[in-house]
Amino acid sequence: MDVHTLDITEEHCPMTFVKAKLALAKISSGDVLEVTLKGGEPLENVPKSAAEEGHTILSIKNEGNFHIIKIEKK
Amino acid sequence: MANVKKLSIICFSGEFDKAVAALTMATGAAAVNWEVNLFFTFWGFNIIKKKGGHALIGTGFLARAFNLIMGGRKSLPLSRLNFGGFSPGLMTGMMRSQNVATLEELYQAAKDLGVNLYACEMSMNIFGMKRENLDPSVKEVIGVPAFLKYSEDGQTIFI
Repeated sequence: MDVHTLDITEEHCPMTFVKAKLALAKISSGDVLEVTLKGGEPLENVPKSAAEEGHTILSIKNEGNFHIIKIEKK
Repeated sequence: MANVKKLSIICFSGEFDKAVAALTMATGAAAVNWEVNLFFTFWGFNIIKKKGGHALIGTGFLARAFNLIMGGRKSLPLSRLNFGGFSPGLMTGMMRSQNVATLEELYQAAKDLGVNLYACEMSMNIFGMKRENLDPSVKEVIGVPAFLKYSEDGQTIFI
């Protein structure tokens, strides 16, 4: 199991969601993607759309101005 | 309306800003797992030409002249304040400096996300184009009935 990281704190809509989805598509099943993002829409929608696709949200950690979401690919 | 997460966009306009709007909606929707169809018709047809710049393509004198003047995705004008074609480059620079996705990045993202690109058969005939003049990522050349079938039970917008 590999852990991959993705920082979308500097991205804007729609590339926040786009980069998260494409990063998940590139990794292997069982791998973990750690996404660093800001609050608001990315925080609301990145885990939601990942879960909709069947991936597992392992944790959502608040790190002050940003958040780290760990997603395990199905 | 049925609860189908599907967005279909009729891309009629051939302006830079309207192409950005259509591709922003398309990529955003695809990224949150919506099925997305883009139907490129009339001036919007320029967005899916294989050659991004001004090129003498198509069959027939007028079609070739139109294609040369209009160009492709890399020569779309702004709908306002175009300043003879100078502004799209400026706008792209502003987008880059603000870390906002450019037209090319959005177009590439749409393809990477599996957005369905459809070319309008009527427009292809008007502009004297052939399949080989289009981006190979265009899935199909279709008419109205096929577009209605693909967009059925989803949301459709016209840009």
